[in-house]
Amino acid sequence: MPNHPDILRIGTGAGFSSDRLDPAMELVEHGSLDAIIFECLGERTLAFAHRDLQLANGTGYNPLLVKRMNHLLPLCSRHNTCLITNMGAADPLAAAVRTGEIAAQRQLGHLNIAAVLGDDVTHLITPEVELIEPECTVAQIGRPMIGANAYLGSQSITPALTRGADVVITGRVADPSLFLAPMQAHFGWSNQDWQQLANGTVAGHLMECAAQVTGGYFADPGFKEVDALARVGFPIAEISPDGSVVITKLPTTGGRVDRQTVKEQLYYEVHDPSAYITPDVIADFSMVELDDQGDNRVMVCGAKGRARTETLKVTVAFDGGHLAEAEVSYAGPGALGRAQLAGEVINQRLDSVHGSLSERRIDLIGAASLHASAGKFSPDSKDIRLRCALRTPDPEEAANVLWEMEALLCCGPAGGAGYRGHITPSVLTYSALLERDRVKTTVEFIQV
Amino acid sequence: MKARTTLRHIAHARAGDKGNRSNVGVFVYDPKHYSILIRQITPERVKSEFGTLVRGEVRCYPLPKVHGLNVVMDRALEGGVNESLNLDGHGKSWSFLILDLEVEINTDNLETKE
Repeated sequence: MPNHPDILRIGTGAGFSSDRLDPAMELVEHGSLDAIIFECLGERTLAFAHRDLQLANGTGYNPLLVKRMNHLLPLCSRHNTCLITNMGAADPLAAAVRTGEIAAQRQLGHLNIAAVLGDDVTHLITPEVELIEPECTVAQIGRPMIGANAYLGSQSITPALTRGADVVITGRVADPSLFLAPMQAHFGWSNQDWQQLANGTVAGHLMECAAQVTGGYFADPGFKEVDALARVGFPIAEISPDGSVVITKLPTTGGRVDRQTVKEQLYYEVHDPSAYITPDVIADFSMVELDDQGDNRVMVCGAKGRARTETLKVTVAFDGGHLAEAEVSYAGPGALGRAQLAGEVINQRLDSVHGSLSERRIDLIGAASLHASAGKFSPDSKDIRLRCALRTPDPEEAANVLWEMEALLCCGPAGGAGYRGHITPSVLTYSALLERDRVKTTVEFIQV
Repeated sequence: MKARTTLRHIAHARAGDKGNRSNVGVFVYDPKHYSILIRQITPERVKSEFGTLVRGEVRCYPLPKVHGLNVVMDRALEGGVNESLNLDGHGKSWSFLILDLEVEINTDNLETKE
């Protein structure tokens, strides 16, 4: 950093843990980027990473880390693009060491690789700590705690950047803060420059879900069309010293950047638009203005900032037992009636034969599933997939769901087919608040 | 002349989640439909239209600069992604619940997405 004297160019390499690889590679190859950010840590992803780390020989970082680094490190090295990611998940130090090994194998040993540590606050979450949602103590949840992580801000990363890091690997950092960090390091915005921090936070918020601002998650045929969706490009943010930002993408990629795509992402997962709280700032998005400049370029300005909160949000993860899900299909005339009868059989069998007490859900996919609770019912389908789902700490209760659903094949209504069933581990995540000064962060450089 | 249509013909939307709270950002294509959006999509209406889905408070934040409305629904995700047994535990498809709501429009200036 930097390639350009006035404008900072930041790209998004991933917007969630399983995001695509090729758009990230194309972006580094052709985007003249100063930095690329891989945001790979959803609310629950870290809980699963903690659980994986606790397994014998388990790793606590993103499962795609090795693949991504193998493909991206040589490109980033060649184009002098800084790579920042929260792929460290529950074990950023191990992720940084592993990244260092890849750099060495690929003879990129001159790369400066840093890990940001300190988000793991499991040791601070004692049984009497109060949660904010639900309002109870950790002990009252009554489940084993898996781990707890504080949302760190931009300033946990900037010390690594000012010391020349080429790669920065973190655990839990607020998503927009991953993007704000290279802006703060480049433009020298102070930690109390609330206005600039809000400008950067808006840019980071728009960028954090990758293709969701460039035409991904947008198409609705007949209403909202997207060109070449299969090749949707990942976004580029061009940040000016005054904090205004242009969101754009490579011209060779599919997708679209215009007022509509940017609007949808601007308020994605936002509640009160005048108070978007991050570890860095409280940003007001309510009066943000969008200027569509054409050619897939939208300028964004008008955010306002005010002083950050004195606490950091902490996600506390607990073991959530087992999620059992099983499905059987019915098709042709009378499909809905046969599927409904099968559902009644399942309810009777799980109640009376197995004494199953956990909350249970029966879906009639094709007639009533995603919107069933909203009272929506489409009775005309002749292709219905019966689904039964249940969550329980008891593995045998979970197994009984699969057993009874499969037994429908011979013992249930006519023509049932296509049984599939699986049991997956489940987690619970709740929030708590910690005073900032109790969360100490450090940067550790890896010896390659 | 007045006519009824679904919101999808004049607006687009995206749903997001945090815990057991859902938000749907809704944006009219044509600024002249903004008043329809903010007058006809009210918290009371959202709460009443969706059966047992929305169990908590609903708040609607007007977004005049982008001709939109942010609909925030508390306790509207059947427990949220960790606890819901719904296939759509994030409520990603709630955007299309909102877009399927009927609105009354003035046909004198009817320019909807057909």
